[in-house]
Amino acid sequence: MNFGVMTAAYIGASALFIMALGGLSHQESARRGNIYGILGMALAMVVTIAGAVTDNYGLLLLGLVPGGIIGYVLAKRVEMTSMPELVAILHSLVGLAAVFVGFANALGHGESASVVAQRIHDVETSLGIFIGAVTFTGSLVAYLKLSGKVSGNPLQLPGRHMINLAIVLVSLYLIVQFAAVGAADGMVYLYIITILALVFGAHLVVAIGGADMPVVVSMLNSYSGWAAAAMGFMLGNDLLIVVGALVGSSGAILSYIMCRAMNRKFLNVILGGIGTKKKKSAPAVGAAAEEQGEIVEIQSEEAAHMLESAKEVMIIPGYGMAVAQAQHTVFEITKKLREKGVNVRFGIHPVAGRMPGHMNVLLAEAKVPYDIVYEMDEINDDFPKIDVSVVIGANDIVNPAANDVEDSPIAGMPVLEPWKGKHTIVLKRGMSRGYAGVENPLFFKDNTRMLFGDAKQTVDALLKHLSAD
Amino acid sequence: MKIGIPKEIEDGELRVAMTPAVAERVKKLGFDLVIESGAGAAASYSDEAYIAAGVEVTSDTKALWHDSDVLIKVRPPIEHPELGFYGIELLGQNQTLISTLYPAQNSVKLNQLAERGTNAVALDAVPRISRAQKMDVLSSMANIAGYRAVVEAAQHFGRFFTGQITAAGKVPPAKVLVIGAGVAGLAAIGAAKSMGAIVRAFDTRPEVKEQVESMDAEFLELDFDDEDGSGEGGYAKVMSPEFIAAEMALFAEQAKDVDIIITTALIPGKPAPELITEEMVRTMKPGSVIVDLAAETGGNCKLTQANDVVNVHGVTLIGYTNLPSRMAAQSSQLFATNIYHLLTELCPNKDGQIDLNMEDEVIRGATVVKQGNITWPPPAPRLSAAPKTDVSEPLPEAKESAKKEEKKPSAFGFLVPVLIVGALLMGVGSVAPAEFMGHLTVFVLSCFVGYMVVWGVSHSLHTPLMSVTNAISSIIVVGALTQISNDSVIVSILAALAIFITSINIVGGFAVTHRMLKMFRK
Repeated sequence: MNFGVMTAAYIGASALFIMALGGLSHQESARRGNIYGILGMALAMVVTIAGAVTDNYGLLLLGLVPGGIIGYVLAKRVEMTSMPELVAILHSLVGLAAVFVGFANALGHGESASVVAQRIHDVETSLGIFIGAVTFTGSLVAYLKLSGKVSGNPLQLPGRHMINLAIVLVSLYLIVQFAAVGAADGMVYLYIITILALVFGAHLVVAIGGADMPVVVSMLNSYSGWAAAAMGFMLGNDLLIVVGALVGSSGAILSYIMCRAMNRKFLNVILGGIGTKKKKSAPAVGAAAEEQGEIVEIQSEEAAHMLESAKEVMIIPGYGMAVAQAQHTVFEITKKLREKGVNVRFGIHPVAGRMPGHMNVLLAEAKVPYDIVYEMDEINDDFPKIDVSVVIGANDIVNPAANDVEDSPIAGMPVLEPWKGKHTIVLKRGMSRGYAGVENPLFFKDNTRMLFGDAKQTVDALLKHLSAD
Repeated sequence: MKIGIPKEIEDGELRVAMTPAVAERVKKLGFDLVIESGAGAAASYSDEAYIAAGVEVTSDTKALWHDSDVLIKVRPPIEHPELGFYGIELLGQNQTLISTLYPAQNSVKLNQLAERGTNAVALDAVPRISRAQKMDVLSSMANIAGYRAVVEAAQHFGRFFTGQITAAGKVPPAKVLVIGAGVAGLAAIGAAKSMGAIVRAFDTRPEVKEQVESMDAEFLELDFDDEDGSGEGGYAKVMSPEFIAAEMALFAEQAKDVDIIITTALIPGKPAPELITEEMVRTMKPGSVIVDLAAETGGNCKLTQANDVVNVHGVTLIGYTNLPSRMAAQSSQLFATNIYHLLTELCPNKDGQIDLNMEDEVIRGATVVKQGNITWPPPAPRLSAAPKTDVSEPLPEAKESAKKEEKKPSAFGFLVPVLIVGALLMGVGSVAPAEFMGHLTVFVLSCFVGYMVVWGVSHSLHTPLMSVTNAISSIIVVGALTQISNDSVIVSILAALAIFITSINIVGGFAVTHRMLKMFRK
């Protein structure tokens, strides 16, 4: 197959990938978008196999077929609550693949036209491997944290900023050295860069706590794209560059949206963790706590009556709903109430859950129709009209302190405002604080009722009472 | 501990201090309950229902008073008409009476209780702070009274509340004036509004204006220099003569226009202020109705007869003093729930023992006799909102950071990175081969395309977006495919490994995206 035909096919594949992302702008076109993506990938692979593979077909199949089967089985088996873990582990695979391709390229290096071209090529190779390795261990740690195999608490080594800075500077120096010596003699530099990058990726993510995972996962999504783009530069392949850039900017935008939803700077999330601000504001939090009154507890039966007699109900799910796997029962409740003529809607905060859009996927899995699921900006003005808001396993995203208390650690974070409605029922395990470690004045409001207990058991009890009459 | 609930014996009192449903919850606090036979009958709670809820039922009234550790009543104890005893004289040390007691008016009873050495908790003396709202029987009863006032008015009013246009002609909506927008007034506004009437409200406290307007009623204001009528504890205070004159003029004018007047003006410990004069009643339209919720303390209209309905100058004046009792089932339930909340405060360990903890602001306020000592009135209540002085002064660090944030970026600030990036690109372009610059062009343009496309992605599809970008970032497989046919075995094996990994990713990513998208449905 000649070069022109391959290039044309790559252009087609690039266009299909762009259309795949464009399709996701609406629910209606989303599935078509995914098919465009599959077509683009198939086109790119078929053309490459036909045009570039001349030998080792057995090895090719040995990689392709088992990999495909494993991927398919993973995709079929995964629980929707574990989607963040799956996405994280898949990111780590992209990173690892980039490392392999980078090394294969460095080992099987060809001749370049000029010294400058050779040096640029070497920089691309080492940079690609660096990003790939960071993505690999970073995602691996994120996976371990999300799946609960290691603690979600941030592990912050003393002087960790200095460690990170040192790793980056040493790596840069080594990349320059590697480019100067060339791939033939400089492999040892490449190995050291790889090891440093692996340590760097793990260390970066270990220091970040559980509720900041939406930012981490989208950041790693972005990195996997940049790794692909670096590979594209290395191989001189425009298709890789285009796709890498698409994925890279997509992940970057997601990280930005997540940070904005928490009113925090990206660097603050990645480097600081929220813990550093806590000490400063502790006295103010204490003063605010004094003003708070008493919580009013409620039993599930009474809560069920409140829901039944309401006209407008808003359900605000958080990570607690995912942990308790309560989404199916929540939808059963929704159905029961809608049958009784209650207008039930869902309000989703952008950082609810452990991954962008996590709550939407869980609700979709539970068959909640997407046209009653609203995002924060669409729904926040409607709260004064809401009779009962039900907060399930969420805390910081409904904290009025974000609006009222100026020096609160979450000040300025946009939050859902159920307290503007007539009543709020908060389903919660106990009076523990949220991730940000801030007391939530919502629980002490006059029109808030607390329904304590495990989210799953509580919603089961609610459903029972609703079905009873 | 054993809680005893005697039957209410006052004339026309139909309420009971405990309902079967609430009794079940009280039992969970560790208490035993015993109730006088027939105590709930008037409020439609049968003895059988109490027995089913695990409450002992007894007919021996004297033993009930004598043996219970805690006695809970709706009304203050009075002489029993048949048995000829009074209740208080049967109480001894270690017993606690929980009831409405009106300690300001009932010093005799307070002294008797003190003589017996008992404890007494006055439900009406619970401080009016937000924390205590859940145990405030005055509020919950006032709410019912306000609602019932509208129902009583409707019964005596010969027309619709709501306006209608029918085949038989047009009916104008009734106009209701509510004077005093406290708990009862607001409840009356809500009830009248939901029946379709035009509702106006007046109150001397300007801060309730918002509450009135939030219920879609009209708040009447005086054309008068601001005088704030807010007194202690959320009640109104007595106003100046000039203010009262302006107020009366307003009422006189309204009386000619409205069909129903509901007055709820009470000043604690004083006779009710006269708001509606005989002259105003005379100017009202025939068939109009006045419901006077202050009838017990003399009435806001002097023509009102306590506990009776009279017709003067063609206007019906309703003077029922115990409206909550006329909705006994409802008011007993709310009353009992208030009691339950009070018991949870008195018995924090849920061990069935009550503890009159005088350190607690609410319990301190409500306890009027403790172990034979009169503890009423309590020291002045702390304000429910803590002083904010320590918050208003920001910490030094906070100040500094605020200053930093105030520094606005200059208009040319954004040009700096643009210039730096531009210079870097020029630098690279001057040495790099053309081929690299070509790739760079593609890269930069693709970043912009990605930026534009991804902003359009719906928030709810962010998870599918991540899984699909994950799948397509495995386009790295193309790199591996070009390397697999390399002569070097190591390179081939590395490439094969990369193909293996990326194919997990490609198939897994697309398949899981497909699965997710299939779930999204209308």
